Amino acid sequence: MQTEYISAFDVVIGVLWRFWPVWVALILVMGTSFTYKKRLGLYGQLFDSGVGIAGVFICLFWLFTAIFASTISPFDPLAQVSVMKDTLPGAVEPASKLVYYFGGDKLARDVFSRMVYGSQIVLIIAPAATGFALMVGITLGLPAGYYGGKIDTLLSFLANLVLAFPVILLFYLLVTPGIMDTPIPYAMAGLFFLFPIIFFCVLFWTRYKNRPDRLYILLGITLVVGGWIYAGLVFDRDPLHIVHIDPNQLNIFVAVVFASSPGVFRIVRGLTMDIKTRDYVAAAQTRGESPWYIMLWEILPNARGPLIVDACLRIGYTTILLGTLGYFGLGLAPESPDWGTAIKDASRLLRSFIHPALPPTIALMSFVLGLNLLADSLREQSMKD
Amino acid sequence: MFSFIARRIGTILLTMLCLTLVVFFLVNLEPNLKKLAISQTEMHTPADQLESWLVNHGYRQNFFLRYGQWLGVLPKHPITDPATGKTTQRFSFCNDPTEPKFSGVLQGDFGCSTKFKTTVAAKLFPALGATGLLMFWVLAVMVPISLLIGILAGMREGSRTDRTLSVASIASTATPEYVSGVIFTVIFASWLGWLNGSAASASQGITFYNFTLPVITLAIYGIGYIARMTRASMVEVMTQQYIRTARLKGLSFSSVVIKHALRNALIAPFTVIMLQFPWLLTGVVIVEVMFRYQGFGYTLVEAAGNNDIDLLLGCSLVSVFIVLITQLISDVGYAFLNPRIRVQ
Repeated sequence: MQTEYISAFDVVIGVLWRFWPVWVALILVMGTSFTYKKRLGLYGQLFDSGVGIAGVFICLFWLFTAIFASTISPFDPLAQVSVMKDTLPGAVEPASKLVYYFGGDKLARDVFSRMVYGSQIVLIIAPAATGFALMVGITLGLPAGYYGGKIDTLLSFLANLVLAFPVILLFYLLVTPGIMDTPIPYAMAGLFFLFPIIFFCVLFWTRYKNRPDRLYILLGITLVVGGWIYAGLVFDRDPLHIVHIDPNQLNIFVAVVFASSPGVFRIVRGLTMDIKTRDYVAAAQTRGESPWYIMLWEILPNARGPLIVDACLRIGYTTILLGTLGYFGLGLAPESPDWGTAIKDASRLLRSFIHPALPPTIALMSFVLGLNLLADSLREQSMKD
Repeated sequence: MFSFIARRIGTILLTMLCLTLVVFFLVNLEPNLKKLAISQTEMHTPADQLESWLVNHGYRQNFFLRYGQWLGVLPKHPITDPATGKTTQRFSFCNDPTEPKFSGVLQGDFGCSTKFKTTVAAKLFPALGATGLLMFWVLAVMVPISLLIGILAGMREGSRTDRTLSVASIASTATPEYVSGVIFTVIFASWLGWLNGSAASASQGITFYNFTLPVITLAIYGIGYIARMTRASMVEVMTQQYIRTARLKGLSFSSVVIKHALRNALIAPFTVIMLQFPWLLTGVVIVEVMFRYQGFGYTLVEAAGNNDIDLLLGCSLVSVFIVLITQLISDVGYAFLNPRIRVQ
């Protein structure tokens, strides 16, 4: 049976049409932001430059694609329709009359749907891992920079130790299938996931320790929510069965946090050493504030500019790391639709078919580009102040 | 200055010791040893024979004892048959000693590669040579291009050239090797057919045809970053008083840039270029696997995939050494280039 094809023009129109929920959401969000940009602070200032608008646009595009993935993609990313094997872009699937917009791959799956679903994996793991890395880096970097001395020497040595490892070797050692049989990933997860809970507890404690009515509520919320997520992520024992993570995803998550927190640590330490010489820190010390109050409520808010920029760049870098993991077939399931795995699968067959390779590469590149543009324009805006 | 370098080298040695210990611990985890035993014995070997293979080859000795042997502070023992008392070599393919002998990294013996059936030195150093060649060409392409882009962009801040080149360099930092590699292969190998999509033949001799794709793939990721740093440094220099003085003296713009600005603007990129080596190391692994070039990265992946303990330790030693030594060179070199900085 001959496969039917639609024309290249129809493919473009069809793809644009499939993304309709994204366009609607984008118009709503960008339109509102643009109208009220004067009142939106740093985020609003992004809309003053073309680079900033481009960055926000690309990042939001992928964010909404991840949210509406099930509406956008015409097929299940894992479904194999054997007649569609290696079909070129624009092939019509005979049973449902839906179109394989970007063609089929070697296992007869829809490349377009896989690209759309791949964004979900990337947009969940990359920002979350970056968030945890920020928590770990901040919680350790503040005391290292503030106290200096032995604690600084020790923590800096450990950070340099991790940074001296070539990332790829680290991943090969930490994300092999065998390591899931050992307690190492769970021990590391148990350690890393403690940091957000500690961070927020100390944050509220230092601020409200003289106002027990507020303090107990906030500490209670932190411990209940933190403990709930902690139980779900580390022990997979969430009593409500909402928070759940696959063992191999946990492994990737932990490895990525481990690889990127020393970088955050270094930046926070450097910023702290710079900011602690300022007058307002001296004023707080004279008032008799506790060291942790000064670190968390005086130094950290003043270090937020460079940290936000770094977080944007770091999400991009984490996306690249995830792609690297996928490219080497580490951690993620072999049929997973994430972009790195898709690039790996397609790059082996470049001699015969090139169409399965292009969508995931362009998707990954554009998302990282969007984040870098965002970071660049945030940096420019914060320089102006 | 001398005590600074001595102290730094001390830190480097300590770091290498800690890291090899960590790697040694990870490769000796039970699942990894099982994997090694399975790959080294015949297919479908029963579990007790796997265990006896591990015992026979000394993998069941105490962890610290074996680390000491690898390091060369404890003697390596040959296999002794308990029944006859006869001693045999542990691995016959790499001349292991038949009597107890100190033979570790400190004595210059990197051990035995179980995957390639040869000594680690015989496998690792030719691979390093091949990667060195690749690195040389990458630097030869990357450094001049990125400096040129950075200087052109930073020369007139905010100009159209500046904006275009800045966005281009952001785009290049957003393109990891496995993405640019695929795109370049599609364009230059599949569509145009100008270049070879595989560098496997480059081991025999490099040509423009088989070596260009790996080199530009590796270079493109670094170009953007170095160019941005050069631009920032150039922008800063161009606002200095002495540049304005030179302009007011009536010198032409080009001679101000070449004679006065360049020299000071190139100090910062030197550090950045040196610190690119750790990044290049990861890139090398991706590019060598992608283009099938038999170098260091390829060896590392093979070693890690087969849990080849000694080879993997050798690889990590080399890569950690490269990372730390380039950091040292960048610190010392920075002090030489910029007399205002004192090394302490």
